[in-house]
Amino acid sequence: MKYAYFPGCSLSSTGLEYDMSTRKVAQALGIDLWEIPEWNCCGASSAHLTDQLLALALPARNLAIAEAEGLDVAIPCAACYARSKATEVEVRASKEMEQTISEVIERPYTGKARARALLDIFVKDYGLDAIGTMVNKPLKGLKVVSYYGCLLVRPPKLGFDDPEDPQSMDSLIEALGGTPLNWAFKTECCGAAHATAQGEIGLSMIERILSGAKEVGADCIATACPLCMNNLDMRQNQATAKTGEQYNLPIFYFTELMGLALGLKPEELGVNKHFVNTSEVLNKLNEALTRRDTP
Amino acid sequence: MKRVGVFICHCGTNIAQAVDCEKVAQNAQAFPGVAFSTDYKYMCAEPGQDLIKKAISEHRLDRVVVASCSPRMHEPTFRKCLERAGLNPYLLEMANIREHCAWVHPDDKERATLKATELVRMAVAKVIQNEPLDRSTIPITKRALVIGGGIAGIQAALDIANAGHLVDIVEKEPSIGGRMAQIDKTFPTLDCSACILTPKMVEVANHPNVRLITYSEVEKVEGYVGNFEVTIRQKARSVDLSACTGCGLCTEKCPTKVPSEFEMEMMNRKAIYTPFPQAIPNKPVIDRENCRYFKTGKCGVCQKLCPAQAVDFTQEDQLVTERYGAIVVATGFDLFDDSVYGEYGYGRYKDVITGLHFERLVNASGPTMGKIKRPSDGQEPKNVVFIKCVGSRDEAKGKAYCSKTCCMYTAKHATLVREKIKDSNVYVFYMDVRTPGKGYEEFYTRTTDQYGAKYLRGRVSKIYEKGGKLIVRGEDTLLGRQIEIEADMVVLATAMVAKENAAELAQMIGFSYDQDNFYTEAHPKLAPVETHTAGVFLAGACQGPKDIPDSVAQASAAAVKVCGLLSKERMETEPTISIVNEAICAGCGMCVTVCPYKAIELKFIQERVDGKVINRRVASVNSGLCQGCGACTVACRSAALNLKHFTNEQILAEVDALCL
Repeated sequence: MKYAYFPGCSLSSTGLEYDMSTRKVAQALGIDLWEIPEWNCCGASSAHLTDQLLALALPARNLAIAEAEGLDVAIPCAACYARSKATEVEVRASKEMEQTISEVIERPYTGKARARALLDIFVKDYGLDAIGTMVNKPLKGLKVVSYYGCLLVRPPKLGFDDPEDPQSMDSLIEALGGTPLNWAFKTECCGAAHATAQGEIGLSMIERILSGAKEVGADCIATACPLCMNNLDMRQNQATAKTGEQYNLPIFYFTELMGLALGLKPEELGVNKHFVNTSEVLNKLNEALTRRDTP
Repeated sequence: MKRVGVFICHCGTNIAQAVDCEKVAQNAQAFPGVAFSTDYKYMCAEPGQDLIKKAISEHRLDRVVVASCSPRMHEPTFRKCLERAGLNPYLLEMANIREHCAWVHPDDKERATLKATELVRMAVAKVIQNEPLDRSTIPITKRALVIGGGIAGIQAALDIANAGHLVDIVEKEPSIGGRMAQIDKTFPTLDCSACILTPKMVEVANHPNVRLITYSEVEKVEGYVGNFEVTIRQKARSVDLSACTGCGLCTEKCPTKVPSEFEMEMMNRKAIYTPFPQAIPNKPVIDRENCRYFKTGKCGVCQKLCPAQAVDFTQEDQLVTERYGAIVVATGFDLFDDSVYGEYGYGRYKDVITGLHFERLVNASGPTMGKIKRPSDGQEPKNVVFIKCVGSRDEAKGKAYCSKTCCMYTAKHATLVREKIKDSNVYVFYMDVRTPGKGYEEFYTRTTDQYGAKYLRGRVSKIYEKGGKLIVRGEDTLLGRQIEIEADMVVLATAMVAKENAAELAQMIGFSYDQDNFYTEAHPKLAPVETHTAGVFLAGACQGPKDIPDSVAQASAAAVKVCGLLSKERMETEPTISIVNEAICAGCGMCVTVCPYKAIELKFIQERVDGKVINRRVASVNSGLCQGCGACTVACRSAALNLKHFTNEQILAEVDALCL
């Protein structure tokens, strides 16, 4: 099993632990990730607010490099995935677009190399059963709400799961031995950059998600997006300052939870790099395991 | 030499303002075979027809070309005109210089006139090749079949029966009544649905001309208008209808509980059951999938207890074949699957229900005896939110069309909540309020003004549970503001969709359906209950979303069409059908596969070749079934098939006239 790997800008900065855990987990599962050499930024929201063609061309270059290698592209970040998938879909839909794009990036891209969300690869390609057999430290008793955010499964023509009530991350948590909780804020927007530009609005959106998770009794939130992580993790104390409520909700990349369940060390997954302390959850997991081990 | 008369119609100014009709008439004088040519303001009107008749006798015309509108409307008019003048009606040809010329070229009179001239030239060339054709007649089976025993089917059957004709209703479910039986009250009068439906059910069941064939499905339809041969599967009811007295002891004692389909699974029924108290026939049926006896071989309580010994586990499905002169399709509708809207949580949250659930919740014989209680905990809801257009008018997730009934039934539901729960708050999220119907707008106004339902223009983006309440988050587009409502219950105005097996039935009988599997009428305005297949008519929501008044009106209209057919002993058939030139037919069977009306089959003919008698396979057209579409003539590789009145020679004459 081999994929081209597009980490994207966030994963080399604020989302470092997403990159660390992705690589470690892929290695543990025997998935070969070939990092696209000289990859460039996907353009994120800046490009498609500026120029449509630019927005399609930026990810196309990365996809084209992977295509030349004959590989589909594994993409952890939700925004990188959405932008890359948009390019793939547009190029597949029109020969004219294929020509224009190839001309702009000065290399051929036919849409053959597909943009794939990392989560989707684990769930569909590798398979939940196969993952289940690799688990040696199940997330026993850990109540997790899966937070997909607004981009990962939307818009419907780009997503790989139900756009309003997605299930893939929940089923993955279950395969890892955890307890996925049903909640209503799976695809709620985290406010994205609002937290910076319009603090008041941004915080209220973050707060809604956190209290939604608290409401159903979650121990932690699992995410697949570095920006969501930023908002929910880094700004959690700001939300607390505003509402006075102690959320105490560690946020995990789903890959970190996978790594823990596969028995990898928390530090090599980057679990110690979070703002909200994760040690409580880690202790809880260890306790549950010890209880199981002692007859 | 043929003597053709050419008549150019002005159609008031419809044609004349774009085409120089006088000039076209003049030009036509020069066409080969034309003996007379003129123009007139309204050719279809009485003076126009008189003009044609007079010209036929004065100029000894034996062929006529009328250049006017589409033949769809007035070809029969002019054919009759020819008949009255003593000519065979098929010696008429029409040139469509209105839709095909004047209307599409309003700004270039010179070229439009040229085009009209060419269209007339073609028609003249064809009419010279036309042959006199005679209509033949076929006998009619004087019994009608109504498929579906809902309100549309019941009404159609009653009207046909009251006109003195025999009619059978085939109903899939164990009882007639359909969706209307599930509905509590009807808009805009709020009279009780059962009170107006059940008398009709009784009337149809007791009518001497009507036969009910319940718990049965149409399995095969062969034949053609006047003579359909229909195979009906009577499903094993496991109860002998003639012996059963309907005492209900079996149902009472049956140990197996099954969620009731009629009660939208909010209440249980037994494995041996009548679907609802007023069912007709009011005799039970055994649901074999859930019956303990059929699952395990043990039990048989119903059989042991039945005083009439009517329970019969050994019954089997029976296939019966009947002949009918006409068919009314009244198979109704299904509900859209609301779980497609993950954001509404239908199927996840017990208190998010469909409008049909609500009908049962508010009905006196429903699961809550008519007291509105929410499904999750049986509490009386205080805040009730209605969401309209769930599945309708939504191309992304549902259907593009408007389901037509939801605005009114939601207004009805809102009224009923306000009436039954005095301290309730009712919120209705809507995109538009559409109330075209007698008394409908007044009803809606009353819902808001008198009953105080709060209408909010906007869509709901999400529903989630919080502390036993449903939080409904949406947008009020009139205030430009986001709103959140703490609701106790949410009712979705679910789209009406075609029956699951609608396409299958249409293919079986042989008529067309649209992209949403609703059945297609022959003409949206002028033939709304006919299908393109002669003798097959439509009634009710199988043709498109409809409320009860519309369904009933359409059912009566379909019944009139059926009566018109059955009132004759024999019927005329169009002579414009395919014929086979057996001498050159290779018997390949291509035509059999392309024929949409199943009108062609292969037969063997005996021939003498080199002194030996051989059997050869050739195509054979059933003149009763052929609708003259011409698909076979195109498919035929050896040109053995020809469509009368549209023969290859006639078409080529037109092409030559234009191109040579």
